[in-house]
Amino acid sequence: MIEVLDINKSFEGKKILHDISANFYDGKVNQIIGPSGSGKTVLMKCVIGLHIAEDGQILYDGRDILNMRKDEIKKLRREVGMLFQGSALFDSLTVIENVLFPLEMFSSMTKIEKEKRAIFCLERVNLLEDKHKLYPSEISGGMQKRVAIARAIALNPKYLFCDEPNSGLDPVTSLVIDKLIKEITQEYDITTIVNTHDMNSIMETGDHIILIRDGHKTWEGSKDDIFKSDNESLQDFVFASQLFKTIKTVHNNN
Amino acid sequence: MRKFLQEFGRYSMLMGRVFARPENRKMVWKQVPVEMVKLGTDSIILVAIISIFMGVIMTMQVVLNTENPLLPRYTTGLMLRDTYLLEFSSTIMCLLLAGKVGSNIASELGSMRVSEQIDALEIMGINSANYLIFPKIMGLVLFMPVLVTLCTGLGLLGGMGVAKFTSLITVDNFVYGLQYAFIPFYFTYSVIKSIFFGFVIASISSFYGYYANGGAIAVGQASTNAVVKSSIMMLLMDIVLTDIMLT
Ligand SMILES: Nc1ncnc2c1ncn2[C@@H]1O[C@H](COP(=O)(O)OP(=O)(O)OP(=O)(O)O)[C@@H](O)[C@H]1O
Ligand SMILES: [Mg+2]
Repeated sequence: MIEVLDINKSFEGKKILHDISANFYDGKVNQIIGPSGSGKTVLMKCVIGLHIAEDGQILYDGRDILNMRKDEIKKLRREVGMLFQGSALFDSLTVIENVLFPLEMFSSMTKIEKEKRAIFCLERVNLLEDKHKLYPSEISGGMQKRVAIARAIALNPKYLFCDEPNSGLDPVTSLVIDKLIKEITQEYDITTIVNTHDMNSIMETGDHIILIRDGHKTWEGSKDDIFKSDNESLQDFVFASQLFKTIKTVHNNN
Repeated sequence: MRKFLQEFGRYSMLMGRVFARPENRKMVWKQVPVEMVKLGTDSIILVAIISIFMGVIMTMQVVLNTENPLLPRYTTGLMLRDTYLLEFSSTIMCLLLAGKVGSNIASELGSMRVSEQIDALEIMGINSANYLIFPKIMGLVLFMPVLVTLCTGLGLLGGMGVAKFTSLITVDNFVYGLQYAFIPFYFTYSVIKSIFFGFVIASISSFYGYYANGGAIAVGQASTNAVVKSSIMMLLMDIVLTDIMLT
């Protein structure tokens, strides 16, 4: 479990995050949702420690990342996997080399075990043998995302961060990625945090949801609470589209 | 001035991280030969072409512009040799390399920054500065002596070609000039200088690429900055090194 307590963050005097507190639970897909520019990525990067939060606490199962020494942070990082908005695969390495990379760096397995593990991870995300030797630029965006997931889970992370995993993907591929993230989260009991503003994935996978608007946390709940809640900022965000207005009407009439 | 100091501070801090102890020494050193090929051996053709042509051209120029019976017969060979040893094979060649290698390094690191590949390394708990930049610096610095030797050798060969295939100067006179009052330290001097320059090119270009911030435009800016700033630094350093080693 990751607990965030009262963190703030500014860039060049401009305040981006205001007193954010939130819990992210094990074995659940925890979502940070909100409109573009609201501070989702900044919040996520603060939690991971890529940005340094100005005050408050960020506890990884009780360990406060803001009070850690550099080497302790490095050690913690080995328990963390991350899926970046643009996949961030190393483009000089092939698909399988990308997945092997964290293993080569940190694991004490033998060469054969590492290869086995990489192939297992790639097969877990349904990427078959024929794609393993290709370079990231030679495969589609959806496949790149899957390779990135395989790389993120190679070292059996306890915590998985996903920044807009379905940006730039079609609705069907998005769904595949969402399902994959959810399955992996439950299978390995990972604390997963997902940034998204995609209503489909919110309704599909949002076990625990935090809404951020202009750097403030304005709502918290699960996907089932969304239709019940009368929180104004949630309403604004969710029911911006005609489709969801209609769904809500139907939902309430039943 | 303040901006310069700030940048210098950031540069020094980055270098501190570059030369920190790596997480996995083997993985980092494995990259050194890779970079050596990319930055060094891939520059051989450029260096070779320019050295030969400049050798030919300089020899012709010297001969044509010093048609004075009072000048000793070693003039041409001596001038070509010392120009190559003292400045051309290190400073001029490195200015050329700054253009090729510098922009290559800056745009590679810049696009890795922009596409979050550097963040991805950091998340894995890897010192990205060390993993990415150290092999580039080592690769270029270690390959520099090879390039300097090649450059000098081919330049003089170009001059020799002029002596052999034209009637401007006899081979005898040219070779006599090459051997006249030769100071072996000049070669050492040239190699030492080039090692410093290799470090300047690789580290400054890496600095601008590593901190590129924004989109594709930032990558372009980083590579321009890399070439301009490393060239200027090299010229300043040339003055200092010449002062220390030759006076
Ligand atoms: N490194 C930075 N320096 C200065 N300002 C920044 C930096 N990173 C983000 N910001 C600002 O913080 C605000 C929130 O940005 P953030 O990237 O977190 O939005 P987001 O919610 O992730 O949006 P999107 O859905 O488009 O990804 C923006 O106004 C942005 O300009
Ligand atoms: Mg974002």
